[in-house]
Amino acid sequence: MKWALLSLMVGATAASDLLQSHAMKREGDDVTEGARGLMRLLKLIARRRDLILSIALLAFSFFAFMALVQAEPLSFAVPASAGSFIVETILAKLVLKERIGGRRIAGTLLVLGGVILVAR
Amino acid sequence: MPAHTRTFRTYFLLLLFVALRAFGNLALAWGTKRFPQTLSIHPAPYLQAMLDPFAAMGIAMLIFSLFARMALFSVADLSFVLPVTAVGYVLAALLGKVFLAEPVSPGRWLGTVLIFAGAALVGSTPRNTTAGESQ
Repeated sequence: MKWALLSLMVGATAASDLLQSHAMKREGDDVTEGARGLMRLLKLIARRRDLILSIALLAFSFFAFMALVQAEPLSFAVPASAGSFIVETILAKLVLKERIGGRRIAGTLLVLGGVILVAR
Repeated sequence: MPAHTRTFRTYFLLLLFVALRAFGNLALAWGTKRFPQTLSIHPAPYLQAMLDPFAAMGIAMLIFSLFARMALFSVADLSFVLPVTAVGYVLAALLGKVFLAEPVSPGRWLGTVLIFAGAALVGSTPRNTTAGESQ
C-alpha cells in the first residue's frame, strides 16, 4: 500500500508540475506581479483548463500523501516524494524544451542522492 | 521587469514556498497523526481529518504554497525550481525531529549536506532558459 500510494503521488505530481510550468511560462511573470498578483493568479486559474487539471492532479496527489503521512514518518513521506525529480527533469527537457546543462544535471543528481539518504 | 527585481522576486518566492510547504506539512502530519481512524479509499475520513485545526492550518498553508510555486514557475524553469526547493526536505526532516520526535540518523545529515550542495549548484545556473520562446 505504501509504494502504491507513493507511485500515485509521484505520477500525479509530475503531470501537474509539467502543466503548471508550461502554463505559467506562457503567461509570463506580469500575471503575479504586485499587490493584486494573487487575485490575477486566481482569475488565470479559473480561465485556463490546463491549470484546473493541474490542480485536480495535485489534489489527487495530496490525498495519497495524506494517507501516506498518517502511516509513515513525515521524514520518510516527504523526501520519498522526490522520486519525481528524475522523471520531471527528463520531461522538462523533452516536453518544455528547457536547456539542462551539466551543472544542473550534477546538482539535481546530488539533490536526489541527498533526498534518498534523508529518506532512509 | 528589471533583471535584479526579477532575481529578488525569484528568491523571495523560493523562500516563501519552502517555508509554507515545510510548516504546512508539519501541521498536516501533526493533525492526521492525532486522527484515530485509518485513512484509506473512502473520502469521509479525509473530510473528518481535515476538521482537525492543525490539519486545516496545514492545508491552508499548502494551498498558499501552491500559489507561490505557480508564481515561481512564471520566472524560473521547472528543472531549476525542483532541486532548489529541495532544501524544504531538509527543513521537513528537522521539523520532524524537533516537533514529532522522529529520529535523524548520521546518513540523514549527510543527505542534508548533499541537498544543500546540489541546490547551490543548480542555483548557480540560469534560472530561466526558455524566456521569450513560449510567449
